[in-house]
Amino acid sequence: MPSDPPIRFRDPQIEMAHGAGGKASRRLVEGLFAPLLFGNNPGPLGDAALVDIGGTKIALTTDSFVVKPLTFPGGSIGELAVNGTVNDLAVSGAKADALVVTFVLEAGLPTSVLEAEVRAMARAAKEAGVRVAGGDTKVVEHGKADQMYITTTGVGHLLRGVALDPSSVRPGDKVLLSGPIGDHGITILLARGELDFQADLRSDTRSVFPLVEALVRAAGPGVRWMRDPTRGGAATSLNELARDCGLGVVLFEEKIPVRDAVRGACELLGLDPLHIANEGQFLAVIAPEYADAAINALALAPGGSEAQVIGEIREQPAGSVLITTLYGGSRIIDMLVGDPLPRIC
Amino acid sequence: MKFVDEFREPELISKAAEEIRHLAGTERHYCMMEVCGGHTHAIYRFGLKDILPENIELIHGPGCPVCVLPMGRIDDGLSIAQDENVIFAAFGDMMRVPGTLGSPLEHKARGMDVRIVYSPSDALKLARLNPEKHVMFFAIGFETTAPSTALTLMRAKAEGIRNFSVFCNHVTIIPAIRAILDSPDMRLDAFIGPGHVSTVIGCRPYEWIAKNAGKPIVISGFEPLDILQSVVMLLHQLKKGEAKVENQYKRVVPWEGNPAALRAMNEVFELRPYFEWRGLGFISQSALRLRDSYAQWDAEQRFSVPGIRVTDPKAAQCGEVLKGVLKPHQCKLFGRECTPERPVGALMVSSEGSCAAYFNYEHRKAMVTGLTSIA
Amino acid sequence: MCLAIPGKIVEIAPDNRDSALVDVVGVRRRIDLGLIQDDKPVPGDWVLIHVGFAMSKISEQDATDQMNTLRMLGEIDGAVQEVQGYGLEGAQQDPQEVGQEDLPEASQEKVQ
Repeated sequence: MPSDPPIRFRDPQIEMAHGAGGKASRRLVEGLFAPLLFGNNPGPLGDAALVDIGGTKIALTTDSFVVKPLTFPGGSIGELAVNGTVNDLAVSGAKADALVVTFVLEAGLPTSVLEAEVRAMARAAKEAGVRVAGGDTKVVEHGKADQMYITTTGVGHLLRGVALDPSSVRPGDKVLLSGPIGDHGITILLARGELDFQADLRSDTRSVFPLVEALVRAAGPGVRWMRDPTRGGAATSLNELARDCGLGVVLFEEKIPVRDAVRGACELLGLDPLHIANEGQFLAVIAPEYADAAINALALAPGGSEAQVIGEIREQPAGSVLITTLYGGSRIIDMLVGDPLPRIC
Repeated sequence: MKFVDEFREPELISKAAEEIRHLAGTERHYCMMEVCGGHTHAIYRFGLKDILPENIELIHGPGCPVCVLPMGRIDDGLSIAQDENVIFAAFGDMMRVPGTLGSPLEHKARGMDVRIVYSPSDALKLARLNPEKHVMFFAIGFETTAPSTALTLMRAKAEGIRNFSVFCNHVTIIPAIRAILDSPDMRLDAFIGPGHVSTVIGCRPYEWIAKNAGKPIVISGFEPLDILQSVVMLLHQLKKGEAKVENQYKRVVPWEGNPAALRAMNEVFELRPYFEWRGLGFISQSALRLRDSYAQWDAEQRFSVPGIRVTDPKAAQCGEVLKGVLKPHQCKLFGRECTPERPVGALMVSSEGSCAAYFNYEHRKAMVTGLTSIA
Repeated sequence: MCLAIPGKIVEIAPDNRDSALVDVVGVRRRIDLGLIQDDKPVPGDWVLIHVGFAMSKISEQDATDQMNTLRMLGEIDGAVQEVQGYGLEGAQQDPQEVGQEDLPEASQEKVQ
């Protein structure tokens, strides 16, 4: 019998960092899940899997939603659960057709809370044009589920005219961002109340599919790669890109859109907007001859007015992300190990 | 952002860099130490080394209160919080610092009540909100932060809040600078002085650096233009063979310091006879503890503390890197056994420690671009 | 030790003159003014905030002076070199000396 594949994941126990979307998460996925579940050479791990069903390729993805507090300015866990999965499919070049949803509920959860979230999901699904086709529910003891955990699994069909592949990325390609970063993560951080800051900020949770569709229509043949920068922030997604294409991602600091309040909170707490989670934005790499058409199409689409070219692909620094300033300074932007923590030093 | 954006204006930064290149010339090599971890962080964050000339070498000083905290002190603090009625409260900076049995966050994963606070006053608030628990604030920081801890303790005493204590690891900056200057391998020409510590202690405490050690020191702000202007001022002094204390950060640093802050510190704290600094060894009169009048709020007096001493592996060359004798990548463990994810020594533990900052910002840049900056 | 950010005082608490609401480009928090006893800040003043405490008032005048100095960097030298280029008598000043005079107060606050 062939021997079991070796596990490269050496941590003795699971820590919070392993769920934060950064380096520790990557080690867990690549070191434990991938060798045991995905076979020997799974290729780059993207947001959705492409599965061939009788000759037709469908996109398949799943995501769990664990958030505290359950509701926050701009949304709630129900909306995140729908939009998050719709977005994973969108940035894989697919339109979401149907979702199934699992609830893990904590005994003692008030029905009114559950009802509010289910209504939020129904609204978000209607707005995203996706059908909720079924689901499952489990209830666990009080104290075991932080009120509720939601998992959504989505299937969709690939849009025509786009073929995403990190190995097709070339030096000279442009890096595009759909809008301001950091809104969601900072909103959640402030909503927890532990740091006692207030700001007029909302989560950016929304379906990015309409923007992706507009992009593909205008620039489809030139779209090489897309990702939605959720936990771990844009820094994590761009580092994955750099690693998967083997080239350098060079960002222009002055071009990266960040709302004032997000900037203020990050300065006060010593955080970098590039490491903060987003729930309504996406990154794309576009061939240079299509970049103008891409930005114009997004600017005309609802919710795309703040889209920007924020950088470009170069040979160096190969496999890394570099951010540059107008005066000639630069630094490497790495993935974090775990969640970004406020600092005072 | 007012008082921030002006000091990040790209055109003025380029102009300042050009002035530095002009002043520095090519003949002489200049070694400048920025004392404070916040300056180290700013230098990397703004990519300032890219625009300074090759003959200006920046050496990172010991002003990182997380880095110089001995592991035994973390163990002691965490052992107090093993009691399920104790809430361990600390700044985010402390949360991933490893103790012998793990970091505060790892202890939290195993069930300890660990909370991140932005302010010592938030820790006191936790005590008010949780009367059946005891909140222990694990205090770190130099003189910038100590007055806030002091004032919080004064408020706790005035309000009679009993379920609150401070595990005090505040340290003072002058003895650290003295330790650097006393080192036989020391090759520094000048200092970029800690701007925020100086809002409390003022500029006078640095006079001996100029008078006795003959080194110029400029008290500097933290924006790129502040740091670059400080380098300009240091170059002027060095070229004229002068050595004096100058205040670049005039918009917030008063020459005489902050009397109210100093009074608060004096009311609550006294100097420990000696304290261990990770990487530097024992330094006398370099750290603060609570006075007897605040014994009820002193975690070390209210709880029995193991007093564990943990020595770093001999191979970790933190002391030499701290003093500027070695560059981070010259330590044998750098990037191999010792990384930000798995720190062995003090300077890799905090993101502003020399080795962590170098690793995160510089090292990979050097490896992939083939460029090595001198500093 | 070092992360301190400028913020604008929005209001002082009516029942506690040491408690103020401060604004940093739209982010707000209660901070403690207890470390500033002389010349208490009033709404509209800017303070330097560290761990929820105001460390110092920010002097708008000093900030403006500093910006002016920074804008003039290199210009004094350039002017002197131009004059020297004409070979004029008395224009043989050391450029750094000239620059030094124009750094406000920096050289005047000598260590006593």
